[in-house]
Amino acid sequence: MATRAQSAEVPGTTGPEGEGPSDGYRRRDFLNVAAVSFVGVGTVAAIAPLLVQMAPPADVLALATTEVDISKIQPGQAIKTTWRKQPIFIRNLMPAEIKAANAVPLSELRDPQTLAERTKPGKQNWLITLGVCTHLGCVPLGAGEGENRGPYGGYFCPCHGSAYDTAGRIRAGPAPLNLMVPTYQFTSPTTVQIG
Amino acid sequence: MSFSWAKPYEPKHPFMRWVDERLPLPRLVYGAIGGGYPVPRNLNYFWNFGVLAGLFLTIQIVTGIVLAMWYFSSADGAFNSVEHIMRDVNAGWLIRYAHMNGASFFFIVTYIHIFRGLYYGSYKAPRELVWMLGLVIYLLMMATAFMGYVLPWGQMSFWGAQVITGFFSAFPLIGEPLRIWLLGGYAPDQAALTRFFSLHYLLPFVIAGVTILHIWALHIPGSNNPTGVDVKNERDTLPFHPFYTAKDGWFAGLVLLAYALVTFFAPNYLGHADNYIPANPLVTPAHIVPEWYFWPFYAILRSFTVDFILPAKLWGVLAMFFSILLLFFLPWVDKSSVRSGSYRPVFKRFFWLLVLDVVLLGYVGGAEISARNIALGQIASAYYFLHFLVILPLVSALERPLPLPNSISESVLHGEVEEAAPAGQTKRRGGSVATATAE
Repeated sequence: MATRAQSAEVPGTTGPEGEGPSDGYRRRDFLNVAAVSFVGVGTVAAIAPLLVQMAPPADVLALATTEVDISKIQPGQAIKTTWRKQPIFIRNLMPAEIKAANAVPLSELRDPQTLAERTKPGKQNWLITLGVCTHLGCVPLGAGEGENRGPYGGYFCPCHGSAYDTAGRIRAGPAPLNLMVPTYQFTSPTTVQIG
Repeated sequence: MSFSWAKPYEPKHPFMRWVDERLPLPRLVYGAIGGGYPVPRNLNYFWNFGVLAGLFLTIQIVTGIVLAMWYFSSADGAFNSVEHIMRDVNAGWLIRYAHMNGASFFFIVTYIHIFRGLYYGSYKAPRELVWMLGLVIYLLMMATAFMGYVLPWGQMSFWGAQVITGFFSAFPLIGEPLRIWLLGGYAPDQAALTRFFSLHYLLPFVIAGVTILHIWALHIPGSNNPTGVDVKNERDTLPFHPFYTAKDGWFAGLVLLAYALVTFFAPNYLGHADNYIPANPLVTPAHIVPEWYFWPFYAILRSFTVDFILPAKLWGVLAMFFSILLLFFLPWVDKSSVRSGSYRPVFKRFFWLLVLDVVLLGYVGGAEISARNIALGQIASAYYFLHFLVILPLVSALERPLPLPNSISESVLHGEVEEAAPAGQTKRRGGSVATATAE
């Protein structure tokens, strides 16, 4: 009884018994819209956890940094390590390789970057990149001893023939970008923290 | 199917007409759960539980598919993977608790659904197959729930698997080889866990399939109703949509509220703390019981303590299986032509005694073993079989039912014709506001 009386007083709702609309909307229309909207909100709230569960879980996020000891890497050598389950190439460039990289005019590059931009100041011999071809994600050759380093003397991806130079920059083949340089810092002269 | 006055599907939009001519799926939906399915107008809230069971099956399948993305069915990794879901996976705790308690709610609504059918005689002609398919779903649910409970590989999981597969060892000669074959070993281990996971993923889809048969068989005669009287004409029915979609919808909201309350505030209330201890094949927990929804059957199993011609162990297992199997014969055990318990004064009393008996069995099944509880369980088990095998046939033969209403409309209206008349076309009783409008 109380609700009937109240609804009669609220403008824009309806006549007392639900019939006789005063402005074209019945009380039932309001209830319908309110109920269906509420179901909509509830459905979104219910679907959200089903979607966020697909994102990396806490234990994967906890692996976001990796420390690497680089004291044993001689000039001309490279090692493969992993960061976030992805391969990382750490190369100790020889002076000739640094020279070759710096000799290339930026206008010749598909993804123009200098070697200095891809390394840390004063540590230009340490080239640290993801070992993931920017074309479709294969691991390029060239980090292991005796592997094909391609026509530009850096890395060569055997999947679709992308060739990278001594600074890990894309020079030929289908890949669009240089090998990605991850965030990293030298925590000591012989230790690198990636991530 | 259904009644002659069921509205045929008439697509309004040209695109829907285009679809309907090529794939009459909208027509199927309209005729099954839309405006084209007439339903008795007098259904009470007990008729909401079938839809709710479907809702919880859906929740279980959706949350289960997500859990399977993170779960490892390895004897070494299963327990840890569940803990990983609880601690590390985004919203993993919510999805797992929703799945755990979803199982309990699935059983709650299914039990109410089953007892609804028992009280209102929904198992009687012409709905025998609806009833039997429902029992098949129930058996599949029990198998699925049991195997799902094994997957976290905690103490209760492990010993549940050991005890339940132990049922099969009760059968003479083939029993022990059967048990070893089921487990793929001498005790539950990797082989058992992996096959349980595989079947736990499969069976819900089998349940969904049998549910379609269950609904199909239901839609031939249409729903039973609280009077048990057959639908006679269009006045006795309302279209499923919008009347029952709205009623089912709001009631589903209410039940989901209860489900959310348990899931968020008492997620482990219906479970056992021991299942958070990793499986240990060398130590059985002191108080081992199945999940609550199996307690009545567990009580029947434990009630046989003395060898009598057959070993007690075999009696227990046979009685437990038979307690469900005999429900398949219910349409022929209860021969009374009156469906609804509301018009069967004697049946009604025994129905409520049966409910009490099953609740008592449930209590005994979940309680610790003691002389008193065993005696209680034995009495309650005996009464369970007595009800179906002796009382029900006698009652249906001897009972004098109350006079049935001539039709559903008559029972609804109680002769008050004006209540059914369109609004504003007849005098209203009482209420100052109402009077004011009428003038």
